[in-house]
Amino acid sequence: MLEIKNLHANAGNKLILRGINLSVKAGEVHAIMGPNGSGKSTLAHILAGRDGFVATTGEAFYKEKNLLTMSPEDRAAEGLFLAFQYPVEIPGVSNMYFLKTALNALRKRRGLQELDAIEFLNWIKEKAKLMEIDEALLNRSVNDGFSGGEKKRNEILQMAVLEPQLAILDETDSGLDIDALRTVANGINIMRSPDRAILVVTHYQRLLNYVEPDYVHVLLDGRIVRSGGKELALELEQKGYGWLEDEFQRTTVPAS
Amino acid sequence: MMGWLRQTRQSAIARFEALGFPTDRDPNWQYTNVKPIADTPFTQVTRYERNGLTAEQLTGVAFGARIACQLVFVDGHYAPELSAVPALPVGTLVGSLAAILETSPNRVEPHLARYADIQRQGFTALNTAFFADGAFVQLPKGTVLNLPIHLMFVSTARRQNTVSHPRVLILAERETKAAIIESYVGLAGHPYFTNAVTELLVGENAQIAHYKLQRESESAFHIATLQIRQDRASTFTSHSISLGGALVRNDLNVVLAEEEAECTLNGLYMVAGRQHVDHHTIIDHVKPHSSSRELYKGVLDGESRAVFNGSIIVRPDAQKTDAMQTNKNLLLADGAIVHTKPELKIFANDVKCKHGATIGQISPDALFYLRSRGIPREAARRLLTYAFVSEMIARIGVEPLREGFTGWLSAREQLLR
Repeated sequence: MLEIKNLHANAGNKLILRGINLSVKAGEVHAIMGPNGSGKSTLAHILAGRDGFVATTGEAFYKEKNLLTMSPEDRAAEGLFLAFQYPVEIPGVSNMYFLKTALNALRKRRGLQELDAIEFLNWIKEKAKLMEIDEALLNRSVNDGFSGGEKKRNEILQMAVLEPQLAILDETDSGLDIDALRTVANGINIMRSPDRAILVVTHYQRLLNYVEPDYVHVLLDGRIVRSGGKELALELEQKGYGWLEDEFQRTTVPAS
Repeated sequence: MMGWLRQTRQSAIARFEALGFPTDRDPNWQYTNVKPIADTPFTQVTRYERNGLTAEQLTGVAFGARIACQLVFVDGHYAPELSAVPALPVGTLVGSLAAILETSPNRVEPHLARYADIQRQGFTALNTAFFADGAFVQLPKGTVLNLPIHLMFVSTARRQNTVSHPRVLILAERETKAAIIESYVGLAGHPYFTNAVTELLVGENAQIAHYKLQRESESAFHIATLQIRQDRASTFTSHSISLGGALVRNDLNVVLAEEEAECTLNGLYMVAGRQHVDHHTIIDHVKPHSSSRELYKGVLDGESRAVFNGSIIVRPDAQKTDAMQTNKNLLLADGAIVHTKPELKIFANDVKCKHGATIGQISPDALFYLRSRGIPREAARRLLTYAFVSEMIARIGVEPLREGFTGWLSAREQLLR
């Protein structure tokens, strides 16, 4: 579903990604872990098509299409979804309205009938219930005055409503209390399905107590330096990133 | 014509001759050039002609809101068969100013041209000298109107360039409560010039809401002064929505003449192309314990221009004044320009006065957020524009007007309903 080959990318004028290789198939959950500044968020943003992030070398194909030349809305129409680390507040637009506009834009692009007000209401109520999200959030302006936990829950709700094929969750677990973390994890687990891939970008192993990944990748200095199964996350939990950083430097710093 | 009115008109003509049209040497007109008005020959229509206008054509004026009490003026003249005044509380008068001047001039004389400044404001002098008609509204003590009054000024400019000088006098006596809507619209005909003056008195403990909808034709000139005087503990709310016209200037002057008077001034201007819109407001705090809240928002596209100049005066007596002024602008195009300027003149020492102005563009973060959810770029921009404006819509207290405007704007921005 997603094939990334030797991807180098700048954020602003700074080279952040220095050769990412990653292959994600439908049905899989991948965790991308790494310390601050390793390039995790840059990877998430460049996959979603954020302005200011530019691929300099390499490629990223999604469903056999060149992802890097597509607009953000085209990527969304093709089934890609990014849960933001810092969801944006939009005063003056109700969450309900926003979701309806987004869902119908996607349905239109996919040649499906747009949902009318009642169909949408039923749809969203069902999703909110499934994701254990308070319906009161629906009538408030998008993320406006939401707590950190409410914002992250709202991202999960959007994912549930838009039903992406590839969901990228950018540090969705950061700053959450245990209840919010459980809700978010529950939402991710519900979304697991044979025809959907999920990329969980995280600093901590904590979320992975609730969401069991098929693969874990460690990102350091813009490169994936280690890949493995879920046990790799546990190893990181115990040892931190230090041992990998040491090892990585030994292998890459040329002997003088 | 009554002697006093003739005299008032003559002195107004004399003042206009002395003042002439303002130029950019006048700091109040620094950014708004009225030479196109001065250079265009206009004819004042001398009597009422319906010009084929239908009642249906007029329903769209207030964005489809059905307002039962409605006075219509066509090219400056009262149109009785397009107007409808339902039964009103005893003593309430809503009608043509020219008619009232014929039948009961004594009601008008103590107030007309006593508040709006003809000495220094050329356009006000011009209106005073030449107004043909307009509206007169008098609400006797304690009157509560549950339905709004709609005063509609339509310019047809069917055969030639025309000018009208609509004049409105509203006397809301003590303890009254009402909402009054003034709307100005034009058909796409010749260029025309609307030069309007409204004087509004808000009596002690009265609560008056005033709405002004400016939807003139795209080649029209619109200059208007709304002059308010508030008595003790009165509440006045102004909603100014300015959408049309080629060259528009709105002066809103509020004198909080007595203690504990409160005003809220809400403004929204949305312009595009080569439109120019100028809002000058003056809030004059004269006595202690008065408060004012002002929020004007502007959306500018194309090569449009907007001016916002907000004065707050706090007189030496006006201790414990509480004033807040905000002007926010959203620029949708590189070619749009806004001039925003607060002017605080504070002569008392125990006061709270705050002001702030912003000029910004669509937030790239918000735009990316919406696009990442599948909303195409242009639709996302429109939705964010709507979001910027929605705060002003929410403040519209007349429900059918709020609903109508929401619908109109949603259609304009091609949003789902």
